[in-house]
Amino acid sequence: MNKRKQILDALDKNVRFDGRKKDEYRKIEVIKGVSATAEGSATVKIGDTEVMVGVKLGIGTPYPDSPDSGNLIVSAEFLPLASPEYEPGPPDIDAIELARVVDRGIREAKAIDVKKLCIEKGEKIWEVSVDICTINTAGNLFDAATLATLAALMDTKFPKYENDEIDYKVKTDQRLPLEILPVAITVIKIGNHFLVDPLPEEEEVLDARLTVTLTEDGSVCALQKGGDQPLTVEQIDEMIGIALEKSKEFRKLL
Amino acid sequence: MTYDKRPEGRKFDELRPIVAKAGVIPNAEGSAYFKIGKTVAYAAVYGPRELHPKFLQNPEKGVLRCLYNMMPFAGMGDRVRPGPNRRAKEISLVTEKAILPFINLDRYPNAVVDVFIELTQTDAGSRCAGICAAAIALADAGIEMREMISAVAVGKVADKIVVDLDYSEEIYEDGHVADIPIAMGNVSQQITLLQADGYITREDLKKCLEIAKKACAQINEIQKKALKQKYEGSK
Amino acid sequence: MAEEKSSLYIKDKDVVVPGEILAIGLDYLPGFGTYRLENKIIASRLGLINVDGRALKITPLSGKYLPKRNDVIICKVIDITLNGWRLDTNSAFPAMLSLKDATSEYIERGADLSKIYNIGEYLMVKIVAVTSQMLVDVSLKGPGLKKLPPGRIIKVNPMKVPRIIGKQGSMVSMVKKVTGCRILVGQNGVVWIQGDTINENLAIETIKKIEQEAHVPGLTEKIEIFLKKRMEKKEKSDEK
Repeated sequence: MNKRKQILDALDKNVRFDGRKKDEYRKIEVIKGVSATAEGSATVKIGDTEVMVGVKLGIGTPYPDSPDSGNLIVSAEFLPLASPEYEPGPPDIDAIELARVVDRGIREAKAIDVKKLCIEKGEKIWEVSVDICTINTAGNLFDAATLATLAALMDTKFPKYENDEIDYKVKTDQRLPLEILPVAITVIKIGNHFLVDPLPEEEEVLDARLTVTLTEDGSVCALQKGGDQPLTVEQIDEMIGIALEKSKEFRKLL
Repeated sequence: MTYDKRPEGRKFDELRPIVAKAGVIPNAEGSAYFKIGKTVAYAAVYGPRELHPKFLQNPEKGVLRCLYNMMPFAGMGDRVRPGPNRRAKEISLVTEKAILPFINLDRYPNAVVDVFIELTQTDAGSRCAGICAAAIALADAGIEMREMISAVAVGKVADKIVVDLDYSEEIYEDGHVADIPIAMGNVSQQITLLQADGYITREDLKKCLEIAKKACAQINEIQKKALKQKYEGSK
Repeated sequence: MAEEKSSLYIKDKDVVVPGEILAIGLDYLPGFGTYRLENKIIASRLGLINVDGRALKITPLSGKYLPKRNDVIICKVIDITLNGWRLDTNSAFPAMLSLKDATSEYIERGADLSKIYNIGEYLMVKIVAVTSQMLVDVSLKGPGLKKLPPGRIIKVNPMKVPRIIGKQGSMVSMVKKVTGCRILVGQNGVVWIQGDTINENLAIETIKKIEQEAHVPGLTEKIEIFLKKRMEKKEKSDEK
């Protein structure tokens, strides 16, 4: 309770614990092509937070309700390498939520033209597996993971595929049919304050969190509210406004 | 059958290019990055810290726990399903055994030192890369170590004794292949990891272990440099 | 056997790593963090080597805190038991603060101890005993030992604490004076800071800088200049 009061008192004076402004991100770094075995990969660092994303392409069978569409599968693992708080084991609920939020953003924006991933209708399609792995966790995993996922998808090249077989050793020049780049910005609320790029101690005491996924023209394509406290319509609108503004900066990094 | 030429024109006793860095994960007590050829390992050390559940505790000294894991996209072929499989569990076990004889955890009764190893891309030699990264990370974490631990695969491809097999050599088809991952302390040159896949004669095994000494000494120099770089940088 | 000449493989204040040969020959003696193997002296810890005459010893540069008797440390209350408090010492080993070591006041049996020190609060305590099994007893009786009011808590490398404190407390005094913050440094690497948030931020930044550059010669002057520049910048922005 004590920590929350400290953070709030400081925010009332417009100060954050690392000296940033409320709408200011830490230094962001995007590096593509970080894993040679993945078809596409990227690392994103936001301050001390570091996330690595790898994309693997495989052949699968389409779902019966979409026989001519490829599949996208997003998973996230909070590796114990990244934080003293993570334990080895299957993804916990926070990792599942993160994966689903990233997935929703890409899926609902129709970022990938999944029809172009169909090889043989009803029989064979490309499966795009996105794996989000934490290297070091220090706040704002949501934005780091979404940005890294986008960068990894942009980096992806199809492997050679001939006579029903993939040769993973040979990459072609063919890229994923990535049509739209949805960027996610998370805005958190503590008391009457809205902040972006929260530190771990800010995340600990937040009232509400809103992850807004936006396309280039400024349309919202996915939302996820988190945190234990409610938000009013006006507050949501203000948070979306902040996200919209920040998403422009983010886009330049890709 | 003769094996004449290695990929990238490597000499038979030559290691693949190595890059090593200490202190790459700010949250960890100690950490490292170790790249050999196209195999990349990260290692993070957490602890000594309290060990739960209690029945795992050892009142006489600290417990070492190693966990080897490949990121799902780190395999040469299809996506690797996340989570511990039999292979990863066995490698975690032999990694622990490779490290334990050289470190001293007597001062940490009932506590644990955790070593987490993550492979981000692999092309053979991943358990050895993991051990090399773990050794740097343990030193970085201030753990007492009597010797630095270096690891590499040696072996035989057809008629040649080779150091640091890559994947194309592991699957070489025009002759027998023996792949022998080993780990060694730099002072005593005693061996703490020894596995072998494939036929090898007693004489050849001895030759392999002898050339491993030279290869491990080279790796040790790179590990040493990585640690000094981190701490001299702050000088 | 022919007499061998002893030779040193390192210079004083070099960074050395485990397994590194420091000296050959019997003229040198192994100290902390080193051991002798036949005629060699070898490092078993990462750290700075001190060559003190014939003795070689290592000052570690990293590693978790290990509780030591008489250390004054900052701890967090993590649990309350029947007769005292369990504290996190920023190490692998929690400490016990028993009622008798906490206060000389009479406390009724079964009293609500959370009213005295509650979970999450920080205490500056002294280690009075460490057993072979690393059971740690601490006390609040002694000068400067107390419950700490709300403040910022940061953790630094415990090996760098002496540098942060400085000779006779000179370094931390300077940071306190310039930033106007109250600062307490525990030997376990836990630092408590209290002041205006902007000044707290500056104090934290400065302490982290000292931690990172602990080996730079002339660090005190460097930090003085750093703080002066920051304060000038702040005054300018305050005027605006």
